[in-house]
Amino acid sequence: MVKIEAIIQPVKLETVKEALLEAGIEGITILEARGHGRQKGHTEFYRGREYTIDLIPKIKLEIVTTEALQDKVVNAILGAARTGHIGDGKVFISKVDEAIRIRNDERGEAAL
Amino acid sequence: MCRKCVKLFLLLALVAMPAFAVAPDIRNAPAANAPATQAQIAQLQQAVANAQSSGDNAWMLISAALVLLMTGPGLTLFYGGLVRRKNILGTMMQSFAMMGLVTVLWAFVGYSLAFGHGNAFIGGFDHLFLRGVSLTPNPDYAATIPEQTFMIYQLMFAIITPALITGAFAERVKFSSMAVFLCLWSLLVYCPMAHMIWGVGGLLNFNTPGVRWPVFDFAGGTVVHITSGVSALVCALYLGKRAGYPETNMAPHSMVLSFVGACLLWVGWFGFNAGSALSAGPLATSAFINTQFAAAAAALTWSLAEWLHNGKPSALGAISGAVAGLATITQASGFVQPMSALLIGAIAGLVCGFMVMRFKKLLGYDDSLDAFGVHGIGGTIGALLTGVFAAGAINAVFGKDASGMPRATGAIDGNWHQIANQAFGAGIGWLLAIAGTLVLLFLVDRTMGLHLSPADEAAGLDLSQHGEEGYELNA
Repeated sequence: MVKIEAIIQPVKLETVKEALLEAGIEGITILEARGHGRQKGHTEFYRGREYTIDLIPKIKLEIVTTEALQDKVVNAILGAARTGHIGDGKVFISKVDEAIRIRNDERGEAAL
Repeated sequence: MCRKCVKLFLLLALVAMPAFAVAPDIRNAPAANAPATQAQIAQLQQAVANAQSSGDNAWMLISAALVLLMTGPGLTLFYGGLVRRKNILGTMMQSFAMMGLVTVLWAFVGYSLAFGHGNAFIGGFDHLFLRGVSLTPNPDYAATIPEQTFMIYQLMFAIITPALITGAFAERVKFSSMAVFLCLWSLLVYCPMAHMIWGVGGLLNFNTPGVRWPVFDFAGGTVVHITSGVSALVCALYLGKRAGYPETNMAPHSMVLSFVGACLLWVGWFGFNAGSALSAGPLATSAFINTQFAAAAAALTWSLAEWLHNGKPSALGAISGAVAGLATITQASGFVQPMSALLIGAIAGLVCGFMVMRFKKLLGYDDSLDAFGVHGIGGTIGALLTGVFAAGAINAVFGKDASGMPRATGAIDGNWHQIANQAFGAGIGWLLAIAGTLVLLFLVDRTMGLHLSPADEAAGLDLSQHGEEGYELNA
């Protein structure tokens, strides 16, 4: 099993969700996050006073799936979330040792 | 069916007959009886006077309500949106408290000190507890409306003036000390200033016989905006900066609330300025139009300046510009031509915009919500520009000459001296505001303490002063 974490632009959430559904993913968890990468946020002006907003809103998706589906899911996210501009986000992939469904104690891939 | 129609017709004819029969009597009676004509004319005159009084009173009661709308919700939303989330209720309560406190003070003593018979500087105690303030007109102020209407209308000005100051010490003052300070300020700064310019026998009142410095202040540019704006600057300097200013992000937490508040201020200002005609005649129309024109022009020039300077026209810039234009036209609103109002507004947007966006940064004081930059500066340039643009054709303040032409009022009519009069009035406003505010701040600070403790300031006004939160996000 693998965990795919993706940090994306909030406006891209809907298209990414649809792409994941098409890729055969049934469950996702999202977190409303704030952060910055190399772009270091943006500036706002209020009555001539300049504020740097360096932590800007992002959406973080977490999907745990099988190795077999991994490439398909990653490609779906990359395709749906990409605009080609700075701030599109990142995808991280890691191994997952175990999954347990709380309702009936199912283990492993059956719990996904 | 047809028989029913006939019956109905007969019935109608029967009902109408007495009317036809009486009508000729009414027409013939005056010709036959001369004394009755006199009585009828007197009756008619009374009816006309009553009609005018009703019309004026209707407008003045609406205007009074409009001016209250400027404080709550107008100013409370405008200021509330500009502070950080943890301070919204505290900021709104500072203005709302004035709606309660100043009302009671006004009824007890404030109205008497502002509009009672006293000396050139302050009214007396003749209207203490509203004694003698009746439902009949007081010709000293407004000959066609009940004096109680005048009293309640003026109360709304007394409420908003101290409320405007709260923008200067936003986010860092103790609620109790703030309330005591502003109550005292209302009696010791606002009432004397109102009396000097508007009160019977006032030092600067152009109706005072033999007045040396007649000041034109139609709706309170000096009485309201200079006093509150200059006091705001004194408060900001005395209290010092907010913790973390200017390094930390103190951006407005809700521009939406501020936007709605500013628009309500704009609407309420029609009551403020056009209501100051104290009647529903052409002078009210003039002030109404000037109000609209100046607000629009100032919103445009402030936005344009910001657009050129920062690359974007911000919403905050547009609404701040409108409020600056409104504060600036206040003094001139019942004295100038519409084109002058456009020009005054355009100047206001540029000057106030510069003061707020550049000058404040140079000096480094923390007038948190720019009460000085908008109201103090707007009020001051408004005072001077009134001297420039006051036109006898709009408001013949100095009466008419032998040929029936209005005497020169402002520089535009040839009376250049009026600019000096206006400057003198504004100067008195500045001095009174600085001296009064300094003394009162010192007294309240020494006895009660003004500044929040660092822990309370960090927690925010809402929690530390009122024990609640504006936004319960988990509810």
